[in-house]
Amino acid sequence: MLKTFSLGGIHPPENKFSAGKKIEALPIPTQVAIPIAQHIGAPAKPIVKKGDQVKVGTLIAESAGFVSANIHSSVSGTVAKIDDIVDASGYKKPAIIIDVEGDEWEETINKSADLIKEISAAPEEIIKKIAAAGIVGLGGATFPSHVKLSVPPGKTCDVLILNAVECEPYLTADHQLMMEKGEEIMVGTQILMKALNVDKAIIGIENNKKDAIAHLTKLATSYPGITIEPLKVQYPQGGEKQLIDACIKRQIPSGKLPIEVGAVVQNVGTTVAVYEAVQKNKPLFERVVTVTGKSVSKPSNFLTRIGTSINTLIEAAGGLPEDTGKIVGGGPMMGKALTTTEIPVTKGSSGVLIIKNEEAKRKKMQNCIKCGKCISACAMGLEPYLLMTVSQKGVWDRAEQEKIMDCIECGSCSYTCPSQRPLLDYIRLGKGKVGQIMRSRTK
Amino acid sequence: MNVVIITVLTLAILGTVAALVLYFVAQKFKVFEDPRIDQVEEVLPAANCGGCGFPGCRAFAEALVKSDDISDLNCPVGGAETMKTAAGILGKEVAASDPMIAVVKCNGTCENRPRTNKYDGATSCAVAASLYGGETGCSYGCLGCGDCVEACTFDAIHMDEKTGLPVVNDKCVACGACVDACPKNIIELRKAGPKGRRVFVSCINQDKGGVAKKACSVACIGCKKCQKECPFDAITVENNIAYIDYNKCKLCRKCVAVCPTGAIHEVNFPPKKAKPATEKPAAPAKTEATSNENKTSSDIKNKEE
Repeated sequence: MLKTFSLGGIHPPENKFSAGKKIEALPIPTQVAIPIAQHIGAPAKPIVKKGDQVKVGTLIAESAGFVSANIHSSVSGTVAKIDDIVDASGYKKPAIIIDVEGDEWEETINKSADLIKEISAAPEEIIKKIAAAGIVGLGGATFPSHVKLSVPPGKTCDVLILNAVECEPYLTADHQLMMEKGEEIMVGTQILMKALNVDKAIIGIENNKKDAIAHLTKLATSYPGITIEPLKVQYPQGGEKQLIDACIKRQIPSGKLPIEVGAVVQNVGTTVAVYEAVQKNKPLFERVVTVTGKSVSKPSNFLTRIGTSINTLIEAAGGLPEDTGKIVGGGPMMGKALTTTEIPVTKGSSGVLIIKNEEAKRKKMQNCIKCGKCISACAMGLEPYLLMTVSQKGVWDRAEQEKIMDCIECGSCSYTCPSQRPLLDYIRLGKGKVGQIMRSRTK
Repeated sequence: MNVVIITVLTLAILGTVAALVLYFVAQKFKVFEDPRIDQVEEVLPAANCGGCGFPGCRAFAEALVKSDDISDLNCPVGGAETMKTAAGILGKEVAASDPMIAVVKCNGTCENRPRTNKYDGATSCAVAASLYGGETGCSYGCLGCGDCVEACTFDAIHMDEKTGLPVVNDKCVACGACVDACPKNIIELRKAGPKGRRVFVSCINQDKGGVAKKACSVACIGCKKCQKECPFDAITVENNIAYIDYNKCKLCRKCVAVCPTGAIHEVNFPPKKAKPATEKPAAPAKTEATSNENKTSSDIKNKEE
């Protein structure tokens, strides 16, 4: 009997068309647009100006606080301008736009592909290097990694959990990374274990990636302390709280972080980035992005420089199919529909999903029939139908009482609702409002 | 027989004791309430809309009675007359206030502002705004899901099916419910003006001129022509957007004539005498938009009648 989390969950069709497709390096585009806000926290401060020459890996925007991250150039060339560009949601956000000339890397970066197993850096040095490399959670939440690794005083961490669940349907970036960069993941894990001063690490992988489980289990025999945990396939297992529950059966109290129960969770993609940053001095300027969809002629996993336009990715995967109804940034469950494809890949872009017209349309909303399906699907033990109603009516105190802030926005409720009610839409709205009220209270 | 007497006596004594206790408690904890609160509440419109900033008419009446200076307080529904009556009861001075009206500062109709994508989510502006910038290239404009219509308790704002934009009619009492409901902050309370005549900039797009114009043909491009033209210093241009101060504006309409995109609207003015054709090609769009506005508001007036 495989482990899984204890509350709720759903099982959407997996549709992992790009599974097993080798990671291809996408050709470097002629121009990149690198947004200065690619992470949770304060946007980075640009330190280059128009006309500056940059190389691959040059720091172009500096972290603006503890919860913030450095941003490095993903190409070599000249800074064309720092200007507002339209982001995925149609709003304008500042970005650094660089015209590409050649592909010259910073000298400090070790470009060789050799595996460096020996970890010479001390724990503090590791965290410093991770912060300098601008590493954020690559699972999609983009929380700065150095913040997670800095265990606050009074708290102890006894286990590191690696998130290799990739429970979102369609996406395969992490899966492919595990197949191709297994050794790097192992060394990266050891680095993280050293930084956190723990001797136990668990890599949680859903059982639909049997090849990755077998591959990593074999590798793990030569790395002490690392165990592979095959998990029952269940969405949203990739949620931090769900993964901790599934792997070590500890529940995080409402409103608290994983460190409360002595665990730190990192994504496998992040672990590879950590390996590259610490062992090879390579800052985070590229990532694996899955381009997929039922109508896509060549579903692929691309190693993409940050700032490359989504258009380029779609072209590389065989172009935009004719009957496209929606293009989603991320997976089908938590991803966001894009208003334009003229937007850059950021550190948090895990995939581009192209949905056919007939599947993209929402069905007409009907009345709630009080069937309770959303409640049994909710992985946080909330009552989505109630949260939607109170958010609609603006009863914010009740919404807070009903723990609206615990919602992880996984979308299981909306997925499972037989009346096609936009549960998550309203809950997200309520979360925003309640969060605002709570913040103003503490001020 | 004895039992009956004892029962009656016991009950009588108990009743008397309880009555006495209640009487003394009532005396001891008596709350004095100014009778004027009731009087003032009587003259208020009882709409309980919250337009005055207080939760309901009763709370507003209390505030009127309690505060010495009531010049800041205003009941937008009742207007100057109600405030005068209330002030008369209290023997206080009330500041003269002009009637206000809600104004929708977006003219991004389907023709003016081409759609670039299609929203398919919950029919709520608040939800749409939390997700993205909108169905057009303009991320400031009206989302058209009608949160303002939902918020209005006076039946004063409705969606125009043709333009997809909300239209305010004369029932508006300027309570401000729609202003709060609009996640894009498009609706503003402005002076209703003599005979309902008013001039305002019907755009809040803060993008640079070219970007704004590309997204919407009637956007304010921040060219400052109106600012230069205005003889009363009523217009300021900030963040690529012009704003007309309704306290300074004398309704001369010079700005309307110079606006190259037709972003400045005039409402309820009599039609101009045969105007020489303006040289700018954008001018027809402007006059069209203005007449539209006139037409819609007069249409609604007709319907009301």
